[in-house]
Amino acid sequence: MDFYTVLWREMIVLKRTFYKFLASRLVSPLLYLVAFGWGLGRGIRINGGNYMEFVVPGIIALSAMNTSFNAIGISLNISRLYHKTIEEYLIAPLSAGSFVLGNVLAGTVRGLIASLIILGLAFLFGAKLVLNHWFFLVIILTCFIFASLGVVAAMTINSHEDMSNFSTFVILPMSFLSGTFFLPEYLPQGVAYLIKALPLTHASYALRALAQGQGLLPISLAVLGAYAVLLFIAAVVVVKKVR
Amino acid sequence: MIKLQQLSKHYGNIVAVAGLNLHIKRGEIFGLLGPNGAGKTTTIRMLTMLTWPTDGKALINGYDVTRDLNKVKQEIGVVPQQMNLDQELTARENLELHGRLYKQPTAERQKRIEELLDYVELQERADDLVSKFSGGMKRRLMIARALMHNPKVLFLDEPTVGLDPHTRRKIWDLIRRMNNEGMTVLLTTHYIEEAEILCHRVGIMDRGQLIALDTPEKLKRKVGEVAVESFEDTETGYKLFSSREKALDYAGQVKSNVLIRDTNLEDVFIELTGRKVGD
Ligand SMILES: Nc1ncnc2c1ncn2[C@@H]1O[C@H](COP(=O)(O)OP(=O)(O)OP(=O)(O)O)[C@@H](O)[C@H]1O
Ligand SMILES: [Mg+2]
Repeated sequence: MDFYTVLWREMIVLKRTFYKFLASRLVSPLLYLVAFGWGLGRGIRINGGNYMEFVVPGIIALSAMNTSFNAIGISLNISRLYHKTIEEYLIAPLSAGSFVLGNVLAGTVRGLIASLIILGLAFLFGAKLVLNHWFFLVIILTCFIFASLGVVAAMTINSHEDMSNFSTFVILPMSFLSGTFFLPEYLPQGVAYLIKALPLTHASYALRALAQGQGLLPISLAVLGAYAVLLFIAAVVVVKKVR
Repeated sequence: MIKLQQLSKHYGNIVAVAGLNLHIKRGEIFGLLGPNGAGKTTTIRMLTMLTWPTDGKALINGYDVTRDLNKVKQEIGVVPQQMNLDQELTARENLELHGRLYKQPTAERQKRIEELLDYVELQERADDLVSKFSGGMKRRLMIARALMHNPKVLFLDEPTVGLDPHTRRKIWDLIRRMNNEGMTVLLTTHYIEEAEILCHRVGIMDRGQLIALDTPEKLKRKVGEVAVESFEDTETGYKLFSSREKALDYAGQVKSNVLIRDTNLEDVFIELTGRKVGD
């Protein structure tokens, strides 16, 4: 139950800055929806559906990723390198596992809220999506994965600048290439294979299949589950090593 | 209460702490002095498990800081050199977070929070965000936070740096009060008069080593109880003498203006480290 203390702190801060958080999470998906769904994508049909319905699950996946990664990665990195607030947790009788779990769940909550915002926007734009509990499970799993990655990055990257480089070179390309706006099948085969190994690809595939009523993709779910476990373990290991 | 045996820390080629041996007794206020980079903070960071020693051993109340982490954690309270309060939380929330991290039951935690807010006189500002606090208020809150879980040993790394004289004295009183209630205190400071007023014993560190260790009184006696300051054209010369007669003798030979006074701990410090504090 120790992780709850970490989560408790994060939720206080989230509550205090909720409207700011909401507004900041509204902007980029809205722009994506307008630019790709409404503007560029109008009239495009892909896999027999309209492009809006194709792209919304992709935007949800990438927003879940960005929000949970940034929420944890950036704040933890600053806390470790600059504010040193992390030392308060290292000095306390709190296990590395609880510390990571509390942080990752906090990132997941934020990622989930960001995803719900997009769902709301998508309905306003008239997209028809099938939603069930699997859909939300995949979102939660995606947030969990990238919040864990955020912990790993925050604990191992030693400057704020390199942290934003990590975002630019890893997170940003994934946002665009991982089956979010188009299918990687259109790319050269080698690249497509590489992309299909990435977690975000499976997140957008799984979300899209569910949203289009094709049911759950068990392999994608398994891949996401494996990434979640591995990255969580990696996060615990790097936190243990920080002393 | 605190035992260091050959405690060392190397950062690559830099030897931050070079084999410290030290025994701090229960109920003592111990001051660690030394020029910048002497290794004071590194020593405290090893004792508070924020960094592992390269070599040697440290025991707190009999518990090894590299093995019995959870035991040690309950025994110690830490006020680090750098302000590390959670700026996004209020003063009360900072204390509550600490209490929760140490698994204090709710009722006890609430009681302790109110007690400590009174103790450090922050009751009126308790629900303000820490980011709006002045430096002195933050220091006081950091001390309150370190005391939340009733530790037996308190580590204070430069607790009064940048504080006005009133606030500084308030913090001294606080430290004395806690010590009267039985707490062992290890503090570092660059204000030598602070160590002189507050500490039962002081250790002077230089380049990772302990070069002197005693009560302020005995240290002064060792280097000479009378100081003669002579003002040459650009620099002030200091000389220490074991008796007033010898000091007067010397003063008679100096042509420039002289000042004869009692030795203070700062003279000891300069005599031993060979540089002015902060050089
Ligand atoms: N994380 C680190 N990496 C590399 N070197 C370090 C690190 N921390 C401290 N040092 C080095 O160890 C030595 C001792 O530093 P420390 O901070 O313990 O000194 P200090 O006595 O607390 O000084 P000050 O009075 O300035 O606070 C210094 O030479 C410093 O450069
Ligand atoms: Mg220091």
